[in-house]
Amino acid sequence: MSTFEFPESIKSRPTYGKLENRKGHSYFFIADAEGAEAIIELADVDKSLMAKSHVIYIPKKTGEKYIKKLNNLDINQLYIGPSYSAAQYRITQTFEQSHMGLQVCLTGTEGLIGEALRDAMAAGIPHTCIQTEHRGSVSRRMQCVHCKGITEDVILDPFVCDHCGLNLFVRDHYSRRLAAFQAVCIDAEDPGNIPDSVELYK
Amino acid sequence: MSGSEKINAVVTNIVKLNDLVTRFEFKRTDGGLFPTFSGGAHTVIELKDGDITRRNPYSLMSDPMKQDGYSISVRRDDEGRGGSLFLHTNVNVGDNVVLSHPVNLFSLDLRAKKHLMIAGGIGITPFLAQIKQLDRSHGNWELHYSARNHSLGTYVDDLEATHPNDVNIYYDDEKNFIDISKLLDGQPLGTHLYICGPKGMIDWVVSEADKLGWPSEVVHYEEFLAPKPGKPFQVKLSVSDKLINVGENESLLEAIEREGVDAPYLCRGGACGQCETSVIEADGEFIHRDHWLEDEDKLSRKKIMPCVSRFDGKTLVLDR
Repeated sequence: MSTFEFPESIKSRPTYGKLENRKGHSYFFIADAEGAEAIIELADVDKSLMAKSHVIYIPKKTGEKYIKKLNNLDINQLYIGPSYSAAQYRITQTFEQSHMGLQVCLTGTEGLIGEALRDAMAAGIPHTCIQTEHRGSVSRRMQCVHCKGITEDVILDPFVCDHCGLNLFVRDHYSRRLAAFQAVCIDAEDPGNIPDSVELYK
Repeated sequence: MSGSEKINAVVTNIVKLNDLVTRFEFKRTDGGLFPTFSGGAHTVIELKDGDITRRNPYSLMSDPMKQDGYSISVRRDDEGRGGSLFLHTNVNVGDNVVLSHPVNLFSLDLRAKKHLMIAGGIGITPFLAQIKQLDRSHGNWELHYSARNHSLGTYVDDLEATHPNDVNIYYDDEKNFIDISKLLDGQPLGTHLYICGPKGMIDWVVSEADKLGWPSEVVHYEEFLAPKPGKPFQVKLSVSDKLINVGENESLLEAIEREGVDAPYLCRGGACGQCETSVIEADGEFIHRDHWLEDEDKLSRKKIMPCVSRFDGKTLVLDR
């Protein structure tokens, strides 16, 4: 099972639900990695949904694992691509051309959900009516508050900023606008005094 | 002091628009400027009618940025408790009134890519201010306005002259009705829906939007209830230690105010939640008429909204 129960935290930390069949003339799924399982499970509940669905899927490390299953769902339009940035133009185009009554469903890692939520909000959809379901890795998309650079798929705490090289502390403080958790320098007061890195939620 | 802050004003102009609707224009008595507001805001107008003080909420319809005067348009209701009738028949140019600072319970959501407005009859008034606000910011909007006939289509001619491409008018007597499912289907993503008009119209549009998968977060509506008359009843106010009688034609809130007890309020129409009052003891039936309390609150018999709700029974004791 690819689900994980996040412990309760500060208000800023995003929380996720479970994808469900809601009223709407069409569905737009944006998913990565194990997020494919959430789509497959929803299709099990109501297969007819897939005929009115557009799915953007980024397999990441799962490779071919879910591709055959997704292909067998008779999805109206299925795009499989290498990264969110590669799919982003297609995603914003879809939002621009869509009509009210579109159901937006985001599932997979926190980084994917956050980026897709940011783009859906920019298209004018209130964030509270976008369905989300976390699946797979608990790695995070982190922004260094010092250099503003983004480090993707952070799984260790503390970690080294990809951009400026500072040692950063992983926090639950989240920005919906930037689609990233905020990381701060862990050894600013006492340079070099860095605790050993541990895997998130281990 | 309850309600929002008060402004002393004088009636500067009264314009009869058609058989039912009249516009009232005001300036401040002290010659100063009114506060700006946001489209959709209302003001509570306070009028002395002999011994009673009438307080009625009306949507501000003037330009929200215009500070040298406020305007409201009032539809005469011959069946109601006489508030609008009193304005139509007893208020003259030069009269002093008290206006509340504007309060907005029907504001535009400025995150919207498009504002789709549905008005029925006198429900046009908040949209007049919202349209002026959106014109200033070059907003994207579209109005669908339904009226009984051309002569009762208040401001129809103004709207059609100033915004011929954005305003759509429907007259009942020409059997011309809004095709709501067709209108809602195909609206661009990011559209917000606003409805103001009779209750039946609001319920109909809200349910059509829901059927088509519009999230409730983008569906906004305003329905002000006027307190309905009802059987007189007696209430004990425990904090102020008073036993008061609520007359047939006054609301519970008005009776509390008449007795000199300061009670909170804002909209006086069952929408804002400000006047929520705890019930200490009740032996009888509540007549809940507000949009504020949840069904479970109503079943609990522990809360009442005195602006529109009533009581029928032996004893009612309120924490006021």
